[in-house]
Amino acid sequence: MSEFESKGQWLVALCILGLLLFNYPMLALFNVPATVFGIPALYVYIFVAWAALIALMAWVVEKR
Amino acid sequence: MLQGWVVVVTSFAYLGLLFAIAYYADKRADQGRSVIASPYIYSLSLAVYATAWTFYGSVGRAASDGVGFLPIYLGPTLMIALWWVVMRKILRISKQNRITSLADFIASRYGRSALLGGVVTIIAVIGIVPYISLQLKAVSNSFTIVLRYPEIIMPTTVGTVPILQDTALWVALILALFTILFGTRHLYSAEHHEGMVAAIAFESLVKLLAFLAVGVFVTFGIYHGAGDIFARAAEDPKLLAMMTPIEGVAGGYASWVWLTILSMFAIMFLPRQFQVTVIENTDEKHLNKAIWLFPLYMLAINLFVLPIAFGGRLHFPAGGVDADTFVLTVPMAERQELLALLVFIGGLSAATGMVIVETIALSTMVCNDLAMPVLLRMRSLRLAERRDLTGLLLGIRRGAIVLILLLGYLYFRLAGEAYALVSIGLISFAAVAQFAPAALGGIFWKGGTRRGALAGLLAGFAVWFYTLLLPALERSGWLPAGLLDHGPFGVELLKPLQLFGLRGLDQITHAMIWSMIANVGTYVTLSLLGTQTADEHRQASLFVDVFRASGEGGGARFWRGTAATPDLHNLLARFLGAEAADELFREYAHAKGLRWPEETLAADAEFVHFVETRLAGAVGAASARILMASVVKEEELTLEEVRAILDEASQVVVYSHRLEQKSRELEMATTELRAANERLKELDRLKDDFISTVTHELRTPLTSIRAFSEILQEDPRVDLAQRKRFLDIITKETERLTRIINQVLDLAKIEAGRAEWVESEVDMRMVVSDALTAMSQLLQEKAIRVEVKLPEQAAPVRADVDRLVQVMLNLISNAAKFCDPAQGLIEVSLREEAGQLRVDVRDNGPGVGAEDQTIIFEKFRQAGDTLTGKPQGTGLGLPICRHIVEHYGGRIWVESRPGRGACFSFTLLLGRPLERALVQAA
Repeated sequence: MSEFESKGQWLVALCILGLLLFNYPMLALFNVPATVFGIPALYVYIFVAWAALIALMAWVVEKR
Repeated sequence: MLQGWVVVVTSFAYLGLLFAIAYYADKRADQGRSVIASPYIYSLSLAVYATAWTFYGSVGRAASDGVGFLPIYLGPTLMIALWWVVMRKILRISKQNRITSLADFIASRYGRSALLGGVVTIIAVIGIVPYISLQLKAVSNSFTIVLRYPEIIMPTTVGTVPILQDTALWVALILALFTILFGTRHLYSAEHHEGMVAAIAFESLVKLLAFLAVGVFVTFGIYHGAGDIFARAAEDPKLLAMMTPIEGVAGGYASWVWLTILSMFAIMFLPRQFQVTVIENTDEKHLNKAIWLFPLYMLAINLFVLPIAFGGRLHFPAGGVDADTFVLTVPMAERQELLALLVFIGGLSAATGMVIVETIALSTMVCNDLAMPVLLRMRSLRLAERRDLTGLLLGIRRGAIVLILLLGYLYFRLAGEAYALVSIGLISFAAVAQFAPAALGGIFWKGGTRRGALAGLLAGFAVWFYTLLLPALERSGWLPAGLLDHGPFGVELLKPLQLFGLRGLDQITHAMIWSMIANVGTYVTLSLLGTQTADEHRQASLFVDVFRASGEGGGARFWRGTAATPDLHNLLARFLGAEAADELFREYAHAKGLRWPEETLAADAEFVHFVETRLAGAVGAASARILMASVVKEEELTLEEVRAILDEASQVVVYSHRLEQKSRELEMATTELRAANERLKELDRLKDDFISTVTHELRTPLTSIRAFSEILQEDPRVDLAQRKRFLDIITKETERLTRIINQVLDLAKIEAGRAEWVESEVDMRMVVSDALTAMSQLLQEKAIRVEVKLPEQAAPVRADVDRLVQVMLNLISNAAKFCDPAQGLIEVSLREEAGQLRVDVRDNGPGVGAEDQTIIFEKFRQAGDTLTGKPQGTGLGLPICRHIVEHYGGRIWVESRPGRGACFSFTLLLGRPLERALVQAA
């Protein structure tokens, strides 16, 4: 399998991961009245997961 | 400092800057030094996705339901991960077919159907015009608010301003001018609009900076960080509800998911996104960086949305200030005039960027896929007979730009106040999502037919119109009331907001579910039921197999007919201008290795195809097809013929694949053979060397034996003592001869792998002491001191004990040979380290030079100058040691500094043979 195809498959896998992260039930776990450093848990979760996903995409595209 | 004139002058200065940037980029492009050919500019231009709706509306939505705005940016992030596969294909197809717009793309795929292109154009215009008016509204509102500084007054309370004092109108006109100047420079619409893209990228930077500035100011300037804002907000039960919004204020998970899907489609099929992503793309590779840079941009511009939304709600607890304006009104209330001005410019940049690109995209569609096909079919216009149509083309495009902007303005004047910003944007998203089945299906599924695509689009659009646009129109008071509450003709089941009784969903989710069912269902069903025409079949295979097709000429093999080269030239000249036509002819001739016009070009299939795609690059595929039909006599291919050509092509592909594989295999075999040959030659040379060295080595003792025996034989007067000495020498030399022969035989056996290895558990300590005992006589003679360091215990090694003794004897006799003649000292030590046994034999002789440290382990290579110095050994001892040690997976080497003695060391792997084999393999 070429590097090109393998990157494509990694990115498809990341898309599926994203669909799982930003969906029920993952969201429901954080849709609770808790805070992290004073910021509501859901907000923190979404932005952290989002940033991690982008970092993974960058890693796959640039490094792998 | 926020007087009216300051705001107006700043706005004009900003727009002037845009014109300057665009002008500069176009100049650079004309000089062949493009400024937009960079993945960073490409990624920034994609950020035209973030409009005034993002800039003002996200905060507005966040202030009412918390995270509800996020799927609009999460969806594109997920979709972009698929771009590596999907968008790359679209890019390749579009470049090969000189696609000019989204409508052109879909029309091209389904047999270059003018009807389909027209329908896509109409849907796009109806769906997008409200979105454009939303941008104008945002500019107009923000201008009204800024002008009232220091008061904070909502535009709704101001009332309607007279048309000539309306900012939105002036903005629309300036943008029309910009778009005409930089969007219709070329007739060739598949060409890049360099100036426009550069300006858009700049605008993306401005809006991001402005938004981040206001975010930092609200979060850290007014409050003490985000934690502070949320802690204060948590005291208000209404705001507290927004912190766990899902299944609450932000709707359920279904809304969340459908909004994500909706924006996944929007990022691909909004006309402006298709324009910047596909049409303006200068290099496929730019996609790689954009895949993570663009999502990063979206993350950055959304980072402060929630703090600003909550900060705004806390700041204006009484209400009365529209949350859509928080970005602007919070800095104003804090008397931050400069920041407010920056925000106003940021909002202006977000709005103008969107309007410019959207207008170019729509005007290309309207011209190429709506106006041209209709005009060309109207025989009464006798268009086909006009000599120069370039003016007409440009005129249509410019007219379309003005028309679209005025339509947007009109919608804003008539219906602008009916809805909040976000709802209009989502209605547009839902309209363009209808393109997804036909476009995505078209590039992955060959079976999709023109009728299926057309019917699917129309069905989806009808449902969209019924469930989203009708309610919007009714709320604006343009339709008789009662439709929403009681359904048409009182049929409750058909209520637009609860179609077939589906309730409990928000409007967008409801509309998306029904429209997608209608769209995909119709598309797939009709495609499966119907059959494709030859042209559809050919286009389908060109699109789906774009990576397999043989480059640009892939379409040419389907063409059969007759044409005349002058006709083709005339056709191009009429639509592109004579100069451009000459240029294209020269380009083609050059690629063929001909000179035009000195040599004539044959109007063969390839050339006709070339002309058609270039023409399509100007007027779209559907129009180009109609035009070509007017000058070219084409034989209609039947579906069977197209299939035959395709089969043939795929056979050829298969064969060529096999051929390639065979030739690769052959190449590999050749390389292997060549390597083997080299190795054989090397071995042959080595053998010759070996033989000559061996004979040389044998001759030396033989010569002396012969010399001394001759003396003894010929001269009877030699006295007894002398005789005895000579006989001694002869015996020694004979022994040496025997030794050499034995060692040669030994080495040959080992190298050939025929040596017998009698393996048993060997205690290495015993080997060392046995070897020393055997050597004790010699060592005592030479008065050499021996120091032995053996451990209490040594793990057993499985090896041939005699061989190991042979190694030890060799090393010790070497050490004895070379150690200091007066005060000889040999140290022998044995220790266990890292799964290995290690033996060191150290002497205090002259040492081995660095250059000799590896060669002494090779056959017949002795240290020092073998020509002058008398050789002190056979030159075979160490090579034999090396073979034995390596046979047991060990290593032998020497460490030495000249004058400081030498230390010969070797290691042996411990453990069972199987484990050893594993260790070696690893």
